Amino acid sequence: MEKLINVAYLVASVLFILGIKQLGSPRTARNGNFLSSLGMLIAILVTLFDKHVLSFQWILVGMLVGGAIGAVMALKVEMTAMPQMVGLLNGFGGGASALVALSEYYRSGFNTQLETIISIMLSLIIGSVTFSGSLIAFGKLQGLVTGNSVQYPGQHVINLLLILLTVTLSLLVVLQQSLQWAVITVVGLGLLLGVLLVIPIGGADMPVVISLLNSYSGVAAATTGFVLRNPMLIITGALVGASGVILTNIMCRGMNRSLMNVLLGGWATAAQLEAARGKKEIVIKSVDAEEAAMLFESARSVIIVPGYGMAVAQAQHAVRDLKNVLEQKGIDVKFAIHPVAGRMPGHMNILLAESQIEYEKMYALEDINDAFHQTDIAFVVGANDVVNPAARNNPSSPIYGMPILNVDYAKTVIINKRSMAAGYAGIDNELFGYPNALMYFGDAREAITRLVNELKNHS
Amino acid sequence: MDLIVLITIFVLATFVGSELIGKVPPNLHTPLMSGSNAISGITLVGAIISAGAQEFALSTVLGFVAVVFAMINVVGGYLVTDRMLKMFKKK
Repeated sequence: MEKLINVAYLVASVLFILGIKQLGSPRTARNGNFLSSLGMLIAILVTLFDKHVLSFQWILVGMLVGGAIGAVMALKVEMTAMPQMVGLLNGFGGGASALVALSEYYRSGFNTQLETIISIMLSLIIGSVTFSGSLIAFGKLQGLVTGNSVQYPGQHVINLLLILLTVTLSLLVVLQQSLQWAVITVVGLGLLLGVLLVIPIGGADMPVVISLLNSYSGVAAATTGFVLRNPMLIITGALVGASGVILTNIMCRGMNRSLMNVLLGGWATAAQLEAARGKKEIVIKSVDAEEAAMLFESARSVIIVPGYGMAVAQAQHAVRDLKNVLEQKGIDVKFAIHPVAGRMPGHMNILLAESQIEYEKMYALEDINDAFHQTDIAFVVGANDVVNPAARNNPSSPIYGMPILNVDYAKTVIINKRSMAAGYAGIDNELFGYPNALMYFGDAREAITRLVNELKNHS
Repeated sequence: MDLIVLITIFVLATFVGSELIGKVPPNLHTPLMSGSNAISGITLVGAIISAGAQEFALSTVLGFVAVVFAMINVVGGYLVTDRMLKMFKKK
């Protein structure tokens, strides 16, 4: 029987790997997700035959309750709220790993092998940090906790001392396994650390945090695998751990920042901000819907650049209407998507896909940046820092060196924004004052709907 | 199983993961994140073993809560990923 279980675990591991591989192309992605869920189903079913599983009532009740909650959450969530949803789900995964480790600790009778107790302590720490950290990340994105970076004197020293205390207590438990108070204290410290490590990070940096915490929850699952001596848990946990680290790196590169800079909070030092400010006032020109419609009428090619503002205003369907009306007039429409546009990598793609825009129309930064030269209109919808030319030509700017979409190379840039407020980096955008730039103020959904109506009336 | 063998598996799987993820294009990064997040709910296997003990003890209760948590992660993660991927359409 045990051999059979292990073979089934191997099959599940292979399905997870194939599943992730197929997630790499829009054509096969859905099938990949299905394969991976099939792997999960197999893993769950054979585990029920494990020789340690003797009573089923708690398992079944738990699965029904958890499954129902998960299903309701997944079916109700708005696509714009996807980043916080992933954060929340991730927290539950981390919490589960910590609970399993704690349960194993009590079952072990305080007299287990060295590597087992080490794995238990690791799983406890990583799992509880992931749990509370993910909840704070969720709260920040959902607006339940302040999205600002929370900083106070001695912050990093306090965190460092707490980490040292956690490690010391864990070592104590490894040496003397019956120290239950120390185990409970480590759990408490882990939960506290999760909160303290995430609050200094600004709301717009939460995707980096969620991706990193996703990696942690993978590692937590892998350490649980070491506790249970289960290779499948180890393989799967390692896969997720690696994926989180790589996505985190991609996001940091998209902002030209180091992971340390993100984790310690704040985009720029005050001195850098001062240097970037105190410049000449930006003089802007603005257009109304009618004028903007006339400009679009005479264009032959348009690139739309969506940003977080589009998500906030739920303007993705209005953007689709705009694309349709432009295409009916024979105008070529493409979408340019910056790697960190929105609150999650690929967030814009999901919203555009939700409004039925084909994925062939969405271009990544490196694939479209050369096309702005030959484009009549670049239409920026609720994006700011990712189109700021200061990243290219102002070495004193905090975002200098960050890859940006070169919208200013287009013949005309029309920027839809609610107000002149600065973007996440807190800096002015000189693009708004460029001779070929026009501001089109208003809430993205209303403004674009008005524009679409104007365009329809013209024809 | 020998500890060294388990560590070997862990290291090799990390490399496989890196290779796979590096090839995923940016427009699929959100479903990738939620999909891999669902996979991390694999800790459910551990939770089932903890909750399935014969005797009723503190460890069983902890296992039960772990099953609930992991199941939210698994079911929520897979369903929401499928919802997103369903929307990706060709012309």
